[in-house]
Amino acid sequence: MKLVVIGNGMVGHKLLEELADAPNLAITVLCEEPRPAYDRVHLSEFFSGKTADDLSLVTPGFFDRANITLKLNAKAVGIDRAAKLVQLEDGETVPYDQLVLATGSYPFVPPVTGRDRNGCLVYRTIEDLEAMTEWGKKSKVGVVVGGGLLGLECAKALKDMGLQTHVVEFAPRLMTVQVDDMGGRLLRRKIEAMGVQVHTGKNTLEITDGAGLGVGGRHAMKFADGSQLQTDMIVFSAGIRPRDELARVAGLIRGERGGILIDNQCKTSDPSIYAIGECALWQGKIFGLVAPGYDMARIVAKQIVAGDAAASAPQFNGADMSTKLKLLGVDVASIGDAQGTTPGSLTYLFNDDVAGHYKKLVVTADGKQLIGAVLVGEANDYGTLLQMALNGIPLPAQPESLILPSVEGGSKGIGIDMLPATASICSCNNVSKGDLCSAIEGGATSLGALKKCTKAATSCGGCLPLVKQVLDAELKKSGVLVLNHLCEHFAHSRQELFHLVKVGGQKTFDETILAHGKGRGCDVCKPTVASIVASCWNEHVLKPKHASVQDTNDYYLANIQKDGTYSVVPRIPGGEITPDKLIVIGQVAKDYGLYTKITGGQRIDLFGARVEQLPEIWGALVAAGFESGHAYGKSLRTVKSCVGSTWCRYGVQDSVTMAIRIEERYRGLRSPHKIKMAVSGCTRECAEAQSKDVGVIATEKGWNLYVAGNGGMKPRHAELLASDVDDETLIKLIDRFLMLYIRTGDRLQRTATWIENLEGGLSYVKKVVIEDSLGLCAELEADMARQVETYECEWKKAITTPETLKRFSHFVNSKEADANIQFVDERGQIRPKSALEKKLEVAP
Amino acid sequence: MTDAASWTFVCHRDDIVPNTGVCAKVGDAQVAVFRVVAPDGTEDGPDNGIFAIDNFDVRSQANVLSRGLIGELSTETGPALVVASPVYKNHLCLKTGRCLEDEAWSVKAWAVACGDDGAIMVRAS
Repeated sequence: MKLVVIGNGMVGHKLLEELADAPNLAITVLCEEPRPAYDRVHLSEFFSGKTADDLSLVTPGFFDRANITLKLNAKAVGIDRAAKLVQLEDGETVPYDQLVLATGSYPFVPPVTGRDRNGCLVYRTIEDLEAMTEWGKKSKVGVVVGGGLLGLECAKALKDMGLQTHVVEFAPRLMTVQVDDMGGRLLRRKIEAMGVQVHTGKNTLEITDGAGLGVGGRHAMKFADGSQLQTDMIVFSAGIRPRDELARVAGLIRGERGGILIDNQCKTSDPSIYAIGECALWQGKIFGLVAPGYDMARIVAKQIVAGDAAASAPQFNGADMSTKLKLLGVDVASIGDAQGTTPGSLTYLFNDDVAGHYKKLVVTADGKQLIGAVLVGEANDYGTLLQMALNGIPLPAQPESLILPSVEGGSKGIGIDMLPATASICSCNNVSKGDLCSAIEGGATSLGALKKCTKAATSCGGCLPLVKQVLDAELKKSGVLVLNHLCEHFAHSRQELFHLVKVGGQKTFDETILAHGKGRGCDVCKPTVASIVASCWNEHVLKPKHASVQDTNDYYLANIQKDGTYSVVPRIPGGEITPDKLIVIGQVAKDYGLYTKITGGQRIDLFGARVEQLPEIWGALVAAGFESGHAYGKSLRTVKSCVGSTWCRYGVQDSVTMAIRIEERYRGLRSPHKIKMAVSGCTRECAEAQSKDVGVIATEKGWNLYVAGNGGMKPRHAELLASDVDDETLIKLIDRFLMLYIRTGDRLQRTATWIENLEGGLSYVKKVVIEDSLGLCAELEADMARQVETYECEWKKAITTPETLKRFSHFVNSKEADANIQFVDERGQIRPKSALEKKLEVAP
Repeated sequence: MTDAASWTFVCHRDDIVPNTGVCAKVGDAQVAVFRVVAPDGTEDGPDNGIFAIDNFDVRSQANVLSRGLIGELSTETGPALVVASPVYKNHLCLKTGRCLEDEAWSVKAWAVACGDDGAIMVRAS
């Protein structure tokens, strides 16, 4: 289906993000501006040094995808609704099946004579801000027409440019929509104290030649009350008007005062055309905030994806216009019915002229529920009050306590725990408390990670304190209740369980859960116990009694991919491989039509193998002398190496030989998580050993041993455990270090996080593995020696064990292959067919 | 189609390693058949025995559910026997096919029976 989106503003772009992965859609985006979507909410940060790139909302590569075509500088001038064509200014036409108007708004400039004089500007786009900056350089006085939210933001920009700044407002107070009289008065006082002159109740009649102070415009603004104001530049920021001219020429129904009429599905009067954001008029209202616009975008995305079932897709039900801002350094917040216009509503007021705080609560006639609030000067409780109003949480016995300054020992407000999981915390990105909690549970345990993973607090940022509170509360809860229990079946950490199993002698999962746990287990504790049993008793992972507790990767000795196929990684110790072996890998890949890719760990990954092909593939590899690479296990992956002193001019030790020795020693070792290692032949560190769990760097005298480094998601530099040790000492120390980690690491805890959470950190590890403070070293070495002795290649074993081979079949009752696994050619190799490609094939 | 005719023999109980699943072809459909045994070895009672749901994992769009790990998780309605999809670990209830994480990922549960001789039959529908 052809979808055309006119406008790539914040709301238009949100729609694209929602639809980016939708199947069967070819999207054309017509953007009038010279650049794609940027963050208009934080536009003023352009003045504090952010660039257009910093403000961009487009994630790298977003417009590279094949299903979205972006046309910049492409102004749509007409819509031929009969032919379903959008006409562009340059004469081009773009056909559509469905069309979305996300044309946004334009700044309203009052019809004042002289408003188009040189130096009369508006505040909307990056280009407008560039013009303001230019004019600011040659001006000394600046006037902002409009005392609303954007006007005050604009006034700050002028003030920051060093201009004498005036704000001219037609209404009798600032921010008429969001605050009341008293709040407006305090706001004015605070702003004036900062040197911005505020003129309210001023009706500008005309702008003529005047006597500005700079070398710029020199305007005189004449007001209805006879007064005048001399200035160099004027910025109009007196509200917005919907950009509905396209709808007008196309004959779509508009509101009397503009705006494209939409229904609850965000459809215009033409069912093939939607309108979203500030250009849309819903029940007589235009929504000038980003959150309702995002809401509309999400709704239209769902409607489009639902197709014929659109009627049952979510609909737009209006939006909460509460808002919290910092204007010229003053906190201002407005919630719900801020003006108290609900019949019978009552108010609580608190005013502190000394501190400059004004707070008002609007409550229902029965005094039981909060329906509105105004906060000026201090708005820390915005989040709490907003949640109370939105969720209908009953007011406390003394509602005034919500706005009175807290006295020592007193607690006020509601705890974050009072909020239901459905409470919307971030309305811009539609993130509920429940979403946050599950992200925290899923490992997003820092504010940064939580923001990244849920997108909460990434648009306007108003909910950030609340997001932090949720995070703190959840972490506290998990710290107290969950502790580090493995799961609901084992009230022990992995470390505790390891010791219990070692002492108790349990050799299977069933024995372990009967002895130390309860219930039947789950996909968390089963593989963990399997790993513990493997580490303690060298129990072969392939034994049938362990079959039911292995992850699919350990069960099939291969890595599952998104389409249910597996990848095959033969071990290439130290990254050293003969031409003959390279040819074997190439031949096997060719024979089975596999996709090949060089991995980051100096080996070769073969993708696209079906379960039933794995034994044959490995048969060929094992026959040529290859072994399992254990890429599927929580075990040693690779020991990366540079070419070392054998070939390199600078090498001081033979890093390849050492890497091979280490890789062959620890291959197959089961551990809490995967282990990566590297050996560098000199201090130039070409093998990047300091980003590995175990990193070895050659010195003139021997080897330096680094431990607990990590690349990946959270890079960590490895720390130096020992210097200038000889070969044998090096191996001993690695033996002890690894065994200590295997004994005490938590489930899926890499060495980097393990050492950070270990009391004493590196110095503790040094004491245990070098000074032998616990008298454990001999035991750790013996454990490792047993591991090394009992190693056997899992694949070699599997292909010679008929009982194991039985599992490598897709169907229990048929030799057929899974018809859902399908590939297409890309750059001369296979790749999985996308869902869309499969669908297109099935369709006639 | 009569009721009797719509039952398909898929495999013998001994073909399934305890607490694992296999994939059976039933007509053109792929059905994941699981054999659930309690840790103490009990294989009868309402929470043990043979269960069958779609093999197709809606979330990953791949035929993989028979390869998931079987487990038991607490839910609002009590403990549920589940299989965890091996791709994204979403949990599907073995008795109902319901996905614990998101209803949209739920799958169909199939009627299944295990005879005294251990023959496992799935009812095609």
